[in-house]
Amino acid sequence: MAKTPVVFVLNGSERAAFAAPGQNLLELLRRGVGDLSPKYGCGQGTCGACTVAIDGETHLACLTLAESVAGRRVDTAAGLASGGQLHPLQDAFMQTFAAQCGYCTPGMLISAKALLDRNPTPTREDVVEAISGNICRCTGYEPIIEAILVAARGRERA
Amino acid sequence: MIQSVETHPTLAEAQRAMGSDAIFMAGGTLVMRDVNAGVPARRIVRSTDPVLAHIRLSGDGVAIGAGVTMAMVAAHRDLTFLAPVARAIGGPQIRNMATVGGNLFAPHPYGDLAVALLALGARVALAGQSGAARPLADVVRDRGRVGLVASVQVPRPQAPADFGFLKASRIKPKGVSVLSVAAHLPRQGGRIRGARVVFGAMGPTPLQAIAVERVLDGQNLDAATIARAAQVAVDGLDPPTDALATAWYRREVAGVHLKRLLERMARS
Repeated sequence: MAKTPVVFVLNGSERAAFAAPGQNLLELLRRGVGDLSPKYGCGQGTCGACTVAIDGETHLACLTLAESVAGRRVDTAAGLASGGQLHPLQDAFMQTFAAQCGYCTPGMLISAKALLDRNPTPTREDVVEAISGNICRCTGYEPIIEAILVAARGRERA
Repeated sequence: MIQSVETHPTLAEAQRAMGSDAIFMAGGTLVMRDVNAGVPARRIVRSTDPVLAHIRLSGDGVAIGAGVTMAMVAAHRDLTFLAPVARAIGGPQIRNMATVGGNLFAPHPYGDLAVALLALGARVALAGQSGAARPLADVVRDRGRVGLVASVQVPRPQAPADFGFLKASRIKPKGVSVLSVAAHLPRQGGRIRGARVVFGAMGPTPLQAIAVERVLDGQNLDAATIARAAQVAVDGLDPPTDALATAWYRREVAGVHLKRLLERMARS
């Protein structure tokens, strides 16, 4: 089985890895280039733990063919903080205790960032809709919704 | 175990590359699930044909490329009648990936867009076939044997109020269908002419509710007609039992949801 070289931009830096036929993007990110922030949950597109942004749109890495991201921009939760500074969303998640076990958090953060990039002043309903593809089984959704609204209000003031 | 992934610049080339050992992948939301689970297919065939992402107005209808995503349907100004259906499918990530073509082949309990398209009387243009597009009902019935879908031709409802869709799910805002139902009720002088009512998750594929259509045709959409339609809602349907609901439950609630949809359409 010939492997295919995949060159893409991960969190702003060009990366390359070999993809086996049929390999999904989640495996390429975790095993191929060592970005462990997207999580493996269900492997069938139900839980959202593997959510990444491809060219700014949220996708499920477990259902994305690895080689289909060649030449594209992939953003994960590992790229949110910069220069030792947490992203405002990460800060807000800490403030509102929006991560208990933390397994859903990287996916939640990417879905939330995609929302705020598109709509900087979301309503509560917008937030609920934006994270509707991300399942949380321990923290509860209220602190997560609150965190995203806090981050949005912080942006508004900035 | 997948041995190779073949990406073709045109759909015609992808069509020629298909075979009994190949599976065609578009958005991946259905196929990658199987691949992750060790699907028996040996080859994945894909196409980057830009035509697959086109949405074009044509006469009274609109041709939607098979590779158009649910998110594109939800956002397009000429597809406002389908936007509520597209928004009812999956979460945002799934809507950014799942395609119109793929939805026609989605197994139970998925395929809500196909339910709406069937109610609208959509036709399907297949790759490499220059003749007339095939009725979607044929494609849905012969799933797995029809070939690759190039586009879906959807007649647009004459008035927005002529078309309605309802999805019943246990989890909101994102949940798979206990059932879905779509109705296209063109009206002439207040009376329904050419009713089409289709249920999803009430059989192995989306199913037309012929008995309901017979009740509605030639009538005003009034309370008595709606009540009669609800009474025959499950005639000819074959609901399955699954983790979401039993066949008995689906039979019990089908008429209730049909009534709610028709009442909403009567008010609008």
